Amino acid sequence: MENEIVKPRSQRHRRVLKARAPKIHENDKKTMFVRGGNTSDVVTNVLKEMYMLKKPDALLLRKRNIARPFEDQTTLEFLSKMNDCALFMFGSHSKKRPNNLVLGRFFDNQTLDMMEVGVDVFQSLREVKTSKCPLATKPCLVFSGSLFESDDELRKVKNILIDFFRGPVVENIRLSGLEHVMQFTAEEGKIFLRSYRVLLKKSGSRTPRVEIENMGPNLDLTIRRTHFASDDLFKKACKQPRAAKPRKVKNISSDVFGAKKGRIHMTSQDLKNLQLRKVKALKRKPDASSGKSPKKKPKI
Amino acid sequence: MVVRAEALLQKIQKEEEEKLLSIQVPKTIDVAIDAGNLLACDSNPIDTKQLRSDKENYLKNLAREGTQLLFNEIWKLPIERVQDAVIAKVPAPTTVIPREKPIPKAKPPTKWEEYAKLKGIRKLKKGRMVWDDESKSWKPRWGYKRANDDTKEWVLEVPANADPNEDQFEKKLKEKKERVAKNELQRLRNVARRTGKKVPGVGRTAVGQEKQSKLELEAAFHVSKQATASLGRFQETLKGEKNVKKRGQKRKFEAVTQKCNTEKEKQLSILNQMYKKSPQLNLTKAVNKEIQDGQVKNPKAGKRKNTKPAKSKAGGKRPTRGKR
Repeated sequence: MENEIVKPRSQRHRRVLKARAPKIHENDKKTMFVRGGNTSDVVTNVLKEMYMLKKPDALLLRKRNIARPFEDQTTLEFLSKMNDCALFMFGSHSKKRPNNLVLGRFFDNQTLDMMEVGVDVFQSLREVKTSKCPLATKPCLVFSGSLFESDDELRKVKNILIDFFRGPVVENIRLSGLEHVMQFTAEEGKIFLRSYRVLLKKSGSRTPRVEIENMGPNLDLTIRRTHFASDDLFKKACKQPRAAKPRKVKNISSDVFGAKKGRIHMTSQDLKNLQLRKVKALKRKPDASSGKSPKKKPKI
Repeated sequence: MVVRAEALLQKIQKEEEEKLLSIQVPKTIDVAIDAGNLLACDSNPIDTKQLRSDKENYLKNLAREGTQLLFNEIWKLPIERVQDAVIAKVPAPTTVIPREKPIPKAKPPTKWEEYAKLKGIRKLKKGRMVWDDESKSWKPRWGYKRANDDTKEWVLEVPANADPNEDQFEKKLKEKKERVAKNELQRLRNVARRTGKKVPGVGRTAVGQEKQSKLELEAAFHVSKQATASLGRFQETLKGEKNVKKRGQKRKFEAVTQKCNTEKEKQLSILNQMYKKSPQLNLTKAVNKEIQDGQVKNPKAGKRKNTKPAKSKAGGKRPTRGKR
């Protein structure tokens, strides 16, 4: 409602408001990387590297924001509203929670989910001395481990991670552009994040053989606290509009050879009285045998 | 020699076979693949012994297997060739991910839109440029250097029935402001109708006026009741409301015949005021005029603390601030 009350002050403002308004087909989710009151080197570097991975749909906020996401979410909600970012990564450091990262997402400027992880081991892109893939490559995601399916919490964590790292949703992908793989492995209370570069080798068939090489960044994370949305809020957030659903194409099919075939439905036709082209030869002439003369109009 | 050749042949055959099998990945539990998200979910349990002993290689192997299976699926998708690039058409993602904003609600038509639909009025697209006779050129219909620019007029006729001392330019500006305010109010009303919420009101119903005293509320109520075309004559009275006909101050007229003294005193007091050498100052009026003039001239300066003239508590004559 606020968006409607605000009267745009210029054409540019109007375009910004239109871009930020709720839509049927949404924009790609933007991420904001926020530094807390106190951060360590590790945390700052992790934020920077993750920001590089998520460019251009990302914002690294320059100022520190003293906030405790698990106690009071108003600061982060305000920042998300101002910057139009639905995802966030908040980094902080304290004695009790060293090298702390909070990943989360918003729905309608309300906190949806949050998960807090501690960084045990971090290998940055610079430390791993191999060639890298270009910026803004859509990564392939691999989740390994049965815990991602069996454990309730980890299942929701998996959803957050997919949302965070998947990048823009596309309809077509260039096969040679599939260069980046991000792997998440779940062990008891821990998640291992590994990043690889894909090398395609020849195989006997059309599909290439995949070889991968560790590229960095690599993170060993310990899951600390989590805050998930209530079931009904999550359901509300996952609701898709009817218009976004793919339209069923009826009456069109293709046969084995790939030829396009269509079906037409006709009403029942009386074949004797079909409306065809007029052919004079087929015109019914008056019966000469009956003796009746064609009716003539009386001349006045 | 023959034996060596055979061994070589066998070796080559084996390598070829290995190559053919190299894209196959045997897994106990099938890996779930979501091609729309480029996602592969391997739910096979992890070998903790291997993980502890040779972590990086084990993880790398797992990743390679997952990626291989994902690529096998992707290479099965329909392919197009666009400018030297091979593109696969990817299906819609199957994993349910929550949206960032709620689903937009269908906008109900505004009051004007409803009326236009009823009357069959269609929107006509007007062109940007208009022929300007004065300058004999094409000028924009609106905006910078527009044709028929109202604001650039330096002469305005005073109509026959208007006050000769009235400033016609100010009158024009005022009318424009009123039109803009009216348009804004109607836009807000449309928004309120659309969202079903209340809108910040105007005047007595304005935001900030909510905490009013009983008397203020009563006054507001009576004013709003009169705000109809028939000045409230046909408005229904509420339960318990006293229907009072006239509201506000009644004009008091003095009696036609008065006591001689009172009339004499009144006339003399008027004369006294007229013959006074120095003019009498209505302090509150003067102060209010100063404030108003100050605000009109410099709307932001009035916010500073020192520019407000101090009201004196002792009444009587005070010189005005200076000639204007």
